[in-house]
Amino acid sequence: MQKYSTLSLVRNALTHHNGWEKAWRSPDLKSEYDAVVVGGGGHGLATAYYLAKEHGYKNIAVIEAGWLGGGNTGRNTTIVRSNYLFPQSAEFYDFSLKLFENMSRELDFNVMLRQAGLLTLLHSRHDLEVMRRSINAMHMNGIDSDWVTPNEVADMAPGINMSDDARYPIVGGILQKRGGVARHDGVAWGFARAGDSLGVDIIQMCAVTGFDIENGEVVGVQTAKGHIKTKKVAIAVAGHSGVLADMAGFRLPVSSMALQACVSEPLKPIFDAAIMSPSLGMYISQSDKGELVMGGALDAYPSYAQRGNINTLEHIIAGIVELFPNFSRIKLMRQWAGIVDIVHDSTPIIGLTPVKGMYINCGFGTGGFKATPAGGWTLAYTLANDRPHKMNEDLSLKRFETGAFIDEMGAAGIAH
Amino acid sequence: MMNIKCPYCGNRSEAEYSFGGPAHLVRPIPAAEVSDEEWVDYLFMLDNVKGVSAERWCHSHGCGQWFNMLRNTVTHEILTIYKMGESLESAKGGENGA
Repeated sequence: MQKYSTLSLVRNALTHHNGWEKAWRSPDLKSEYDAVVVGGGGHGLATAYYLAKEHGYKNIAVIEAGWLGGGNTGRNTTIVRSNYLFPQSAEFYDFSLKLFENMSRELDFNVMLRQAGLLTLLHSRHDLEVMRRSINAMHMNGIDSDWVTPNEVADMAPGINMSDDARYPIVGGILQKRGGVARHDGVAWGFARAGDSLGVDIIQMCAVTGFDIENGEVVGVQTAKGHIKTKKVAIAVAGHSGVLADMAGFRLPVSSMALQACVSEPLKPIFDAAIMSPSLGMYISQSDKGELVMGGALDAYPSYAQRGNINTLEHIIAGIVELFPNFSRIKLMRQWAGIVDIVHDSTPIIGLTPVKGMYINCGFGTGGFKATPAGGWTLAYTLANDRPHKMNEDLSLKRFETGAFIDEMGAAGIAH
Repeated sequence: MMNIKCPYCGNRSEAEYSFGGPAHLVRPIPAAEVSDEEWVDYLFMLDNVKGVSAERWCHSHGCGQWFNMLRNTVTHEILTIYKMGESLESAKGGENGA
């Protein structure tokens, strides 16, 4: 792998930038692999990278139906954080945030992590009480989380509606200082490049069409570019998890829905932290380019359409304008949606499936980007050892049978 | 954005309606004899159809009535709308098509 550094930038500048190598190869599909990862988004690419790096796999393919990072990896609002309520979530998401903190160095690729904080706004006495409990739970789990007074909110977010007669008055906030944003494409490209240098074959524009299963055990994968013989398959396809599970003959407790986001025209710097208001159903951050990146709740019915509907967008925008009245005349540049995999308890599923040799990473719903490295790391561990790591033991499909849910949405009230 | 024809009120905007899960799910009985696996299957496991799917909807911000709808989850095209209690087969030959 060609090393990226200031020196290499200078050297290539002197040679008219003709010396840059391709970041990854475009190899032909081989007929046999030790492990096949279905899904070339962040989680799939991270899985392949950690399989090669941590578990010594030399012969891995990542099969992607579209182009690399073209699904939810390229459609999310790039927020990273770990301020969850329950111990299992806190451990998993904080491990992920720590991997993010070292990612640019580890992958030799700038993922542009900016830990400018994640501010959650509170609007009522009830919000205050619930969040005081959450802060204490986070501290117990070793997650940084600070109480923020209304005056501090006003300093952090100039232009925010602090008037007493606001429909949703601001009575305080909680801040995770280590939260922030990272370049989503950079994360996919970084894992792709680092994985490729360890021998991972990334096969794009190649849809999986079926699985060969003998005696409850996976023995092959059928794809648009040919048949692959393999005994290990990892699935990380978010919204299409149900479609892949159907091919393998089992069902998942997952509902696919559209989650939309939008960006404004670029503006001069306004605020650093990402700001979230669960009561108003919106969140907003300002990108390095100056665009306001905004999102909110799901389009609340099943969809594979990859486009959001206007009434949900209107609801998000109403929340933004209520909070920042002077944003009402800003133009939106783009609006889009990704298909996310919603489960009942807003906790991911990472682990074994009813088919031997087949492992799944799904159910991240609206919050998969922040979990990209940990999702890949735990799926790689599970595949390599045929059992979950301690970190994803409780995130198994089994919990739907035992009732041991990790009900993040209901308990924390944090928008995912 | 969908324009949904409530069997009782006529055409209204999607914003007036709530999605209520898959249609024609049959609850396993008798409860005491149903295994954990069967409960899991009934309560949580979903077909999560990509394509034409039979769904329950409620006109929650209108008349409050429930009904069934055959809808394409990729194009959002509404193929048939029929009342609760009606079977999909009878609805296909009926007059409630949107």
